[in-house]
Amino acid sequence: MKFLIGLATFIVVIVGVVVFLVSPWPGLLLLALVLGLWMSLTRRGQQAASVTAIGVSTLRERLGSSAVIVVGIAGVVAVLVAMLAMANGYRETLRRTGGEDTAIVLRGASASEVSSVLGHDAAVVIAQAPGIARDEQGRPIASPELVVAANLPMKGGNPEEDFGSVQLRGIGEMAWKLRTNAKIVEGRRFTPGLRELVAGRGAQRQFDGLEVDHEIKLGNQTWKIVGIFESNDAMESELWGDADVVGPTYRPNGANSSTSVFARLTGPEAFEPFKAALVSDPRLQVDVETTVDYFSKQSEGTSKVITAIGIVVGAIMAIGAVFGALNTMFAAVATRAREIATLRAIGFRGVPVVIAIMLETMLLALVGGVLGGLVAWLVFNGYTASTLAAGTTGQLTFQFNVAPSVLWTGLKWALAIGFIGGLYPALRAARLPVTTALREL
Amino acid sequence: MKYLHLIWAALFRRKTRTILTLLSIIMAFLLFGLLDAVRVSFAEAGQSANGAERLQTGAKLSFIQPLPKSLQQRIAQVPGVKDVAHANWFGGAYQDPHNQIFTFAVSDNYLDVYPEVEVDPAERKAFDATADGVLVGDILMKKYNWKIGDRLPLQSQIFPNKEGSKNWNFQIVGTMKSKDNKAFQSQMIVLHWKTFDETTPYNRGSVGWYVTRVDDVNESDRIAKAIDAISANSDHETKTQTEQAATRNWIKQMADIGLIVTSIMGAVFFTLVLLTGNTMMQAVRERTNELAVLKTIGFSSRKVLGMVLAESVLLLLLGGLVGLALVSLIGAALPAMSGGMINGAHVGAKSWGLGVALAVVIGVVVGAVPAIRAMRLNIVDALAGR
Repeated sequence: MKFLIGLATFIVVIVGVVVFLVSPWPGLLLLALVLGLWMSLTRRGQQAASVTAIGVSTLRERLGSSAVIVVGIAGVVAVLVAMLAMANGYRETLRRTGGEDTAIVLRGASASEVSSVLGHDAAVVIAQAPGIARDEQGRPIASPELVVAANLPMKGGNPEEDFGSVQLRGIGEMAWKLRTNAKIVEGRRFTPGLRELVAGRGAQRQFDGLEVDHEIKLGNQTWKIVGIFESNDAMESELWGDADVVGPTYRPNGANSSTSVFARLTGPEAFEPFKAALVSDPRLQVDVETTVDYFSKQSEGTSKVITAIGIVVGAIMAIGAVFGALNTMFAAVATRAREIATLRAIGFRGVPVVIAIMLETMLLALVGGVLGGLVAWLVFNGYTASTLAAGTTGQLTFQFNVAPSVLWTGLKWALAIGFIGGLYPALRAARLPVTTALREL
Repeated sequence: MKYLHLIWAALFRRKTRTILTLLSIIMAFLLFGLLDAVRVSFAEAGQSANGAERLQTGAKLSFIQPLPKSLQQRIAQVPGVKDVAHANWFGGAYQDPHNQIFTFAVSDNYLDVYPEVEVDPAERKAFDATADGVLVGDILMKKYNWKIGDRLPLQSQIFPNKEGSKNWNFQIVGTMKSKDNKAFQSQMIVLHWKTFDETTPYNRGSVGWYVTRVDDVNESDRIAKAIDAISANSDHETKTQTEQAATRNWIKQMADIGLIVTSIMGAVFFTLVLLTGNTMMQAVRERTNELAVLKTIGFSSRKVLGMVLAESVLLLLLGGLVGLALVSLIGAALPAMSGGMINGAHVGAKSWGLGVALAVVIGVVVGAVPAIRAMRLNIVDALAGR
């Protein structure tokens, strides 16, 4: 019998946690609504409400031990939310880089821009494909670009030793028409034909010497930084220069080649015909993707890894917090054993007692979840980090993004922890024989 | 020591509470052990004794820029250089273009520069004799269930072969092993540079980077400068670093592992202090009477202080040691479970030391307030329940 009860509670725990973790917000709202109705309309519900009220009103006297639940869960939620916000920020930064109405053309079976090569002829053919938007002068907005890597000294390191890799993109005039979100915020655009560069805000944050009118050494050549641009996406971590100058520097053998062609389409619906035309063209052997697909795919691996680490760390912390919550609630139930026994002696049933203690724990858990989410939001929202991004040759700067969905996940974890932490003490309170409890102390 | 029994009894006076607290502590130290293992393995990357005597030479312009093959002979002539090998990035992928596998096209003497990589002599001979042969790291062998003698179709993300197709076909002729999988070659495939260069029309005799082994570690700096001097002011200037420095740079660019680990541990231990602190406060509060009795029968205030402190330190140490022991167990199982993705999550002597020190410090911190309260306890008041 005891075993059966144990098994039943265990199943309740598992089901409860799963419900909390997977159900969307309308589900939980419905649950809360049903509970509210039950508490205001039925007799048992009203009993549960009054027992909860007593419990909550005495919380102040148990401030120290209640704080264990709140802070314990806040810690879990803060770490989880921070990690998820990191993954989210990374994913968002790359996703923002692409759009439904721009396409990227790479040589077939190239996983990323760096490993692709397109000859000059191919670039010309691609620009003539159907579906490409045109500028005021009627020229197709297609931009052949050359992506290479440059070594630059990192900020805060030894300028002789600590070099980092930054992605250098050789572009033409069309690139500015294609990427309307890229704005020069300091200085000016580079002059075609000269060794001039504009640097993204993110790259400026990571590397030394990327200031307007500064000169930097790429290999044995000197380039001048003439402007800083902001685009609020992955491009911000790059340096841009004239493709016709970057090419000969980096690819003396194939100066005219590019790594990719970006094209602005007349609309998202133009993508399929555009792709079909290029794929069936016998002169080309290329892969065509919308940029949103391309950049989302690039972020997949890394954001998955960060999310997984966050969940593993969060889960271990959550188990620790569950034990803390159990401890506190067992103590709370023990100190109120007499009170609870008295209630049951004068006719309160078991279910209201269980519900009341569960509600009290979940309330504390909710406070902890909100607190943890708030701390993570205050500390980490917009926090700038960088990593070597997959599929590029340089560092990618991104900002932590504490989105509502991330906060919501944190809150659900908090509620799940509160659920387990409250269930066992509540069951003990309800099962305690009235006579024993009254005699205690 | 003679009071251990008494302290133990006090600790387990309330079994449920102590066990639940212990479990929380165990989880905290489990996390500590895992994260510290990650931090240490990153911090120690490239710091092996063999790594110190290796130099890496790449193009100064950027790491994707190739270098001429002719440099090999000139580097070999630098005094103090024992051996110089080279490698190219092949950009291999298996089955799916996104399923990347580290694949290098290497010179014949590449393995001589990495003495920690173990290859069976017969397999090495077979590799040397087979133009399309590849050596595969044993972690990869296990992961994909490959066997020696298998044909291995690999896609290159960069280089087409003579027919213009990026699907290459190799033959697995041997396995690269290393002690504790410390060498990165355990997760890598190497193929012949000669085959690679002859098959793809795009390489034209260029080399990705050189790996130089030096006779004397202390000479590394001088040799690195001498190697860079060879190509100074040419169109292929080089940058030579010790393997250690290169790896450190790489990791620094990946992520600030130290900062992430420290922040998480900060949150964990802050919570832990609060939790165990609360337990100790409760424990001492409900024992007020007993403590007063102890004092009545002659225990000095200082001894009572010591006993409460010892109790909290013991609690933390018990949890901490069990937690770290668990990490060792998990660490042993992890490589198998993750298919070789995670390696070396074992707790080193330093981590044990740090963990134990942390347990003692936290024990003292959380025990301090209740212990002082116990020390100042007035016998008459306590016995009267005031």
